[in-house]
Amino acid sequence: MQDTTANQVAANATSSFTEHLQRNRPGLLPFNQPLPAASAGSQPLQVPHATTIVSLTYGGGVLMAGDRRATMGNVIASRHIEKVFPADRYSVLGIAGTAGIAIDLTRLFQVELEHYEKIEGTLLSLEGKANRLGAMIRGNLPMAMQGLAVVPLFAGFDLPAGIGRLFSYDVTGGRYEEQEHHAVGSGSMFARGALKKLWRPGLTEDEAVAVAVEALYDAADDDSATGGPDPVRQLWPVVYTVGRTGARRIPEHDLAAVAGAIIEARTAARREA
Amino acid sequence: MTQQFYVSPEQLMKDRADFARKGIARGRSVVVISCEEGIALVAENPSPSLHKIGEIYDKIAFAAVGKYNEFESLRQAGVRYADVRGYSYDREDVTARGLASVYAQSLGAVFTAEQKPFEVELAVAEVGGSAADDHLYRLTFDGSIADEKRFIVMGGQADKVAETVEGGWQRELNFAGAIRLAMKGLVTDKEAGELPASALEVAVLDRASESTRGSRRAFRRLGDDEIAALLSEEN
Repeated sequence: MQDTTANQVAANATSSFTEHLQRNRPGLLPFNQPLPAASAGSQPLQVPHATTIVSLTYGGGVLMAGDRRATMGNVIASRHIEKVFPADRYSVLGIAGTAGIAIDLTRLFQVELEHYEKIEGTLLSLEGKANRLGAMIRGNLPMAMQGLAVVPLFAGFDLPAGIGRLFSYDVTGGRYEEQEHHAVGSGSMFARGALKKLWRPGLTEDEAVAVAVEALYDAADDDSATGGPDPVRQLWPVVYTVGRTGARRIPEHDLAAVAGAIIEARTAARREA
Repeated sequence: MTQQFYVSPEQLMKDRADFARKGIARGRSVVVISCEEGIALVAENPSPSLHKIGEIYDKIAFAAVGKYNEFESLRQAGVRYADVRGYSYDREDVTARGLASVYAQSLGAVFTAEQKPFEVELAVAEVGGSAADDHLYRLTFDGSIADEKRFIVMGGQADKVAETVEGGWQRELNFAGAIRLAMKGLVTDKEAGELPASALEVAVLDRASESTRGSRRAFRRLGDDEIAALLSEEN
């Protein structure tokens, strides 16, 4: 390609914030940092890990919920951490894996979407958002190889199609669209088992919230790294729904009622599981 | 060998300034008004997609007159500056003052160093908690920066439009009132008594966006229907 002014202008025209940082401020990216090579036989780095995220579709869109625990080995690093975030008006993002990198990746992804919207004057398509997130996770691959992996779950409302959709990722940035429901993180297999029994097509929003909270309850029951509802500290999962009108965080007092009802029902049943 | 004629620096700067002024005077006007509910930005612009008004950050908006390619590149640079700053520090740390001073420096550098100056005039507006905390900055083609109060008018007929806006401005104006006032200003030099909503580009920086819309992003572009409804509203 000839190095003409027009070519230069075209090459520099980017609507991506990540690309802009890569070119001009690479030090600000959460990934692409040179890490010292791990010496053989050394302990894996002890850093907080975020755990279980569940997501499910319902009649009016899609829902995502996350517990409030971060662990560091056998220690509870945080009881208050929030792992589900609104990515923009019509999508949400939940993170499992190395908390420090995941939170920075989330921030970068939020700015990425807003930046595109401001530069281009329109929202990125849901597929476009999902692909951008995949590219960011792939960017983190060198750190994932050293044990600092981030595995997100992404859900959003597809405005042209009028449905809620959800996407899972692997550490290499592979993007997979999931049907009905999905879970990631250490407690995901228990949550997924619960979702299989609790989920049905055409749930209402309230029913979907109850299903998500119960799936997290089951995950916390069997996975020590997942936190259950905590009536002593009044800590409930973080739950977002995304529908045609946009993302909405379910208020604390609604979640307290839902979690309270589940605990009560399980107590009344007087059964082991 | 050709001899370079000596041109005094005064003459050189004056020629450049005249050139830029001529370019800007050809454009249609833009009005930015600070009022009770926030800041209203109104431009005469028949295109629904080539904007003269844009969002920069949570509380900051941008308005421009002049050559589209020049102010569009400045707008994009502003969005990048604000997003990098907000990402590396915190969202609160992005201010209109910082952005305006970056704009002033780049406009100044282009004015003195490049072949031709930018034929643009910019306004950077930041909405605060109350009208007294609003910031309006006007930036001209040579990099001068002015901190304005109440309103900014830029473009071809700026003086006439400003006179009308000055006469009608009150602290208690709501968005509907501010947009009507801006429109009254924009039609001063025209035969017709008013402009259709489709010929206007209107956006607002909403002072109470957090409580009313649950969004920290105060910028909102108004559609033609909304503009028509606001214009026909009675005082």
